[in-house]
Amino acid sequence: MHELALADSVIKAALSAAADAGMDRIERIVVKVGELQQIERDLFEFSLTTVIPKYDARLRDTLFDVVEEKVRFKCRSCGREYGRDDVNIDADGDQGEAVHFIPELSHAFARCPDCGSPDFDITQGRGITLERIEGMDDDDGP
Amino acid sequence: MMGLDLDPRAIVISDRLAGVARVVGVTGSKGGIGKSLVATTMALSLADGGAKVGLFDLDFTSPSDHVVLGVDKSFPNEEFGIDPHRVHGIDMMSVAFFSGDAALPLRGDAATSALLELLAITRWGELDVLILDMPPGLGDTNLDVINLLPQVEFLLVGNGSRVVVESVRRALQLFAELKVPMVGLLENMKRGEGAAVADLAKRFDVPYLGAIPYDERVEEALGDVEALRNTDVYATLHQSVGLHLR
Repeated sequence: MHELALADSVIKAALSAAADAGMDRIERIVVKVGELQQIERDLFEFSLTTVIPKYDARLRDTLFDVVEEKVRFKCRSCGREYGRDDVNIDADGDQGEAVHFIPELSHAFARCPDCGSPDFDITQGRGITLERIEGMDDDDGP
Repeated sequence: MMGLDLDPRAIVISDRLAGVARVVGVTGSKGGIGKSLVATTMALSLADGGAKVGLFDLDFTSPSDHVVLGVDKSFPNEEFGIDPHRVHGIDMMSVAFFSGDAALPLRGDAATSALLELLAITRWGELDVLILDMPPGLGDTNLDVINLLPQVEFLLVGNGSRVVVESVRRALQLFAELKVPMVGLLENMKRGEGAAVADLAKRFDVPYLGAIPYDERVEEALGDVEALRNTDVYATLHQSVGLHLR
């Protein structure tokens, strides 16, 4: 249930951003979920939509969009760009579990498919990003 | 509509550490001067004294606290985040629990991201003190901790070697400039009567926490907490540093 902690961070970040913008109600939260972290999407959406919002009135009736983003790596040694299918991380074993908790653990297990280097950047699709929020001030209502 | 493209992790760090009374970073400007030994033994000493203690190994590329304490590398429990392992009365977190025996090569940005992730998901609960075992030098992780954890205090480890004294002086200079609170300066592996480390503490007006004599029993004691408790390291930390943290 590590997804609950991640969902919690998204909600708190959204509430903070809404407060900074003077937004009284958040109508939609768009979250980008990176392929590398292998978030259990159903559990993550459950956390977002059911467990956490009930604690804050600004989140009543909020819609959530969870958008998946493919992971891309770029080798620092040879410049090759590659994706998840190009690396041998055992998704169902301890390696996949480690990367699920801390995506940077991919540096322990993944290697460039061309030159074998572990020195790469994760250029997209790492973990969770709060993409945008949509909402209104109470003064904007009908 | 408000586009953000925001990393949400930093915002929950203060919540995750809300039950932690003090955060102490054990740092040193050079490798091999005993930071991990001091951090782990200090954690053990404080826990033995009844304090609720956390130990977080932030030397991601060369974690060693689990070696000092003789802890198996196994995954932490997961429940609304991840729970530190409870070992010898200490709540402990390390990337070694995830990486196993694999090497973990990380550049600065990746180390920062790993730090953010672990701070955002680790449930420390109620602690009297959380000890951070910092990587050597004044690089990314030390600067990240200063930025992300405004409550942090540093305990700087040095020794009397002229090479180390010079780097300790630079570290003290930086911490003073950044107004980082200091628990004090601890001299490790002391041989002879030199007073260079104590003089530095006086010059920068930070507490001198005492000197740990060079103790040949330490290497044999690694991984065996009962033996560790019988070292001069434990005795010195129990007497001097404990007074500053209890």
